[in-house]
Amino acid sequence: MIGLALKMLFGDTAKYLMLIAGLFLATFLIVQQVSVFCGLMRWTTSTLKNVGAPIWVVEERVEQVNETNALRDTDVARVRSVSEVAWAMPVFSGIQRVRMDDGSFKTIQLIGIDSASLAGAPTRILEGTLIDLRLPNAVIVDELAVERLSKGRPHPLTLGDTFEINDIEARVVGICEAKRSFTGGPYVWTTYERALQYTPPSRKMLSAVIAGPVEGVSVDEAAAAIEKATGLKAFVNRGFGENEKDFNTSTIWWYVRNTGIPVSFGTTVVIGLIVGIAIACQTFYAFVLDNLMHLGALKAMGTSSFRLSMMLIVQAFTVGFIGFGLGLAASSVFAAGAIERGQPPVYIPWILPVATFGVILAICSLAALLGIFRLSRFEPAMVFRA
Amino acid sequence: MATDSQPATNGIAVDVRGVNKSFGSGESRLHVLKDVSLQARTGEILMLVGPSGCGKTTLLSAIAGTMGVDSGEIDVLGNPLHRMRGGALTRFRAKNIGFIFQQFNLIPTITCAENVSVPLLIRGVSASAAKKKAREVLDAVGMGDRWKDRPGKLSGGQQQRIAIARALVHEPPLVICDEPTAALDAKNGEIVLDLFRQVARAAGRAVIIVTHDNRIFSYADRIARMDDGCIVDVHRTDPRETAHFEHEVPH
Ligand SMILES: Nc1ncnc2c1ncn2[C@@H]1O[C@H](COP(=O)(O)OP(=O)(O)OP(=O)(O)O)[C@@H](O)[C@H]1O
Ligand SMILES: [Mg+2]
Repeated sequence: MIGLALKMLFGDTAKYLMLIAGLFLATFLIVQQVSVFCGLMRWTTSTLKNVGAPIWVVEERVEQVNETNALRDTDVARVRSVSEVAWAMPVFSGIQRVRMDDGSFKTIQLIGIDSASLAGAPTRILEGTLIDLRLPNAVIVDELAVERLSKGRPHPLTLGDTFEINDIEARVVGICEAKRSFTGGPYVWTTYERALQYTPPSRKMLSAVIAGPVEGVSVDEAAAAIEKATGLKAFVNRGFGENEKDFNTSTIWWYVRNTGIPVSFGTTVVIGLIVGIAIACQTFYAFVLDNLMHLGALKAMGTSSFRLSMMLIVQAFTVGFIGFGLGLAASSVFAAGAIERGQPPVYIPWILPVATFGVILAICSLAALLGIFRLSRFEPAMVFRA
Repeated sequence: MATDSQPATNGIAVDVRGVNKSFGSGESRLHVLKDVSLQARTGEILMLVGPSGCGKTTLLSAIAGTMGVDSGEIDVLGNPLHRMRGGALTRFRAKNIGFIFQQFNLIPTITCAENVSVPLLIRGVSASAAKKKAREVLDAVGMGDRWKDRPGKLSGGQQQRIAIARALVHEPPLVICDEPTAALDAKNGEIVLDLFRQVARAAGRAVIIVTHDNRIFSYADRIARMDDGCIVDVHRTDPRETAHFEHEVPH
C-alpha cells in the first residue's frame, strides 16, 4: 500500500513538482536567511576571536565589544593587581580610515596591543614575523586588507608596503589570518601606543584590558575577582552560549535586542514559512480532492482509515524529505559561494538544518492532517454516487 | 470460495430482512428503504432494477457494508452486518466483497496490473505475489496483454474488464456492481456481461447487479424490481430464453 501511495503521488507530476517546489522554497528561505543572520551575528564578535584573551575587562556599562566606553589608563594596573590575575594588558579597538592612493577612504578595524608582551596578537601569521610589530610604524594586516587596500597599487599589498592611517604612515610587517569584522573592514594590528597616535585626539582611549588568570584559578573565578576588586565589568571570552557573563553572548544578545536585524531576517523567515505552508497544504489538499474517489474506493474495498492515513502521511513526508533535501542542498551551495567570496556572512549551526527539518515535517503533517480530515468525512457509500 | 470461518448459509449469500433507512430529519426526512426484504443465492446473478431514486444504490450500499441502516437485519455470508461496526466492517469488506463501480474507479496513475492488485494489497499480500495473481486474472478477462498500460489508454469496455478483474482477484464470495454497463456501449456491455455470467457460475459466488439497463436483464437468474423503497416483485428469468444484448427484453 505504501508503494501504491508513492505511485499515486509520483503519477501526478504537476502536483508532485508543485509540492516539492513549495517545500524547497520554504527550506531554502529559512536556512539561507537564518544562516546569514547567524553569520552576521557571528561577525559581531570577531574582535573577541581575533584578539584572543580569556578575560575582557571593560567599563561597567559596556554590553558589547564593538561599542566600548573609555577606561582610565590606571585601570590596567588595577586589574593587574588582583591576586587571581596572572597578566593584564591594554587593548585599543576602533574603526579608523585609510586613505587610498586615488584619494578615496577605506575603513579598517584598528587593534592596538601591548608592545612588550604582544598579548592579543593575531594567532596565525601567514607572512612576516610578529615581533617586527615593535619596529617603527609597523602594522600587521589581515588577508582582507590585502584585498581591500591593494586598489590602485602596481602589485597587491605586501610586506614593506606602506599606507596612511589618518595621514600617519603605516608599514606592513606581517600578513595574518583573521575573522571578518561586523563593519566589514579589515583588521590592522599595531602597538597600543602607536594605535593612539593613529587615532584622532577625541577618540583616544583604552578600550579594554585583556587578562588571564593565574594557574589554578578558573577564568570565571578570576573574572569575578576582577569585578569585585575594580568595580569594572569583566567578561569571559569563551564563545556564544548560555552564559551571560560571556562577552560573545552578551554582544550577540545586544544586537538581537537593540537592532532591527532579527526583525528584518525574521520577516523573510516568516514569509518562507507562510509560502511553504500555503503551497504545501493547498496543493496537497487539491491532490487529495483529486484522488478522493479513488481513496474512497480504497476505503469501500476495505482499506482501514489508519492505512489510508498512513498513505497520506507517507505521501506528504516523501515530498517533505525531497523538498527539504533539495532546499538544504541549494542553501549549502549558496553558503559555499558566500564563504568563497567572503560575503555575505553565513554560519550554519547544526541546529539550523535540524530545526528546519522539524518545521518542514510539521508543515507536511499539517498538510497530511487536512487530507486525513477530508477523507474521514468521505463515507465509503459515496463511491457508488459518481 | 467458502472462506475458513464462514457459517453454513444453505446457499443464501445475502439475507436482508425488514430493513429501513431514512436520510435527513424533520420536514426533509426521506424514507428511502421501506421494510425491504430480499435474498441473494450463491451461484446466481441477481439484478436489482427500478426507477431512478427508488433506493437501489442505498440497498446495495447496505448489503456491501458501506452504509448502516436504521432497522432490520442484513446477513451477508452468515455475518450479521447490522451488528458490526467500523473496523470489523472494513475487514469484512476487504475479505468478502468485490466491488464494480459505474465509473470503474480505476486509479489513473498506476498500471492495470497494479490496479487489479489493490484488493490483495489491502489484504496484506506482498506486491510481487499480488501482481502475479493480478496478471493471471487479467488473462482470464482477456486483458492479459494490457497489464502494463495505464487505465486511461483503454476503452470504457476494457476499463470495466480491468475493474472486473480487480473485483475478482481476491476471490470474494460476493460481487457487488452498481450500473456496471451504464458507461458502456452495447458491444462492450455484452462482453462485460458474458464475463459476469462466467465468473458468477464458475466460482459459485453471488453477484448482485443494480441496473437501469433493460438490455442486460436476460443475463440475470433472478430480477428484483424495486419501486419507491420497496421490493415489489422478484421473478426468475426463463433459463431457455437465450439472452442477447442487442434485443430488448420485454417486461
Ligand atoms: N446520503 C444521502 N443523503 C440524503 N439523501 C440520499 C442519500 N443517498 C441517497 N439519498 C436519496 O435517497 C433516494 C434513493 O437514492 P438511491 O441512490 O438509492 O436511488 P437509486 O435507485 O440508486 O437511483 P438511481 O437509479 O438514479 O441511481 C434518492 O431520493 C436520494 O436522493
Ligand atoms: Mg443508483
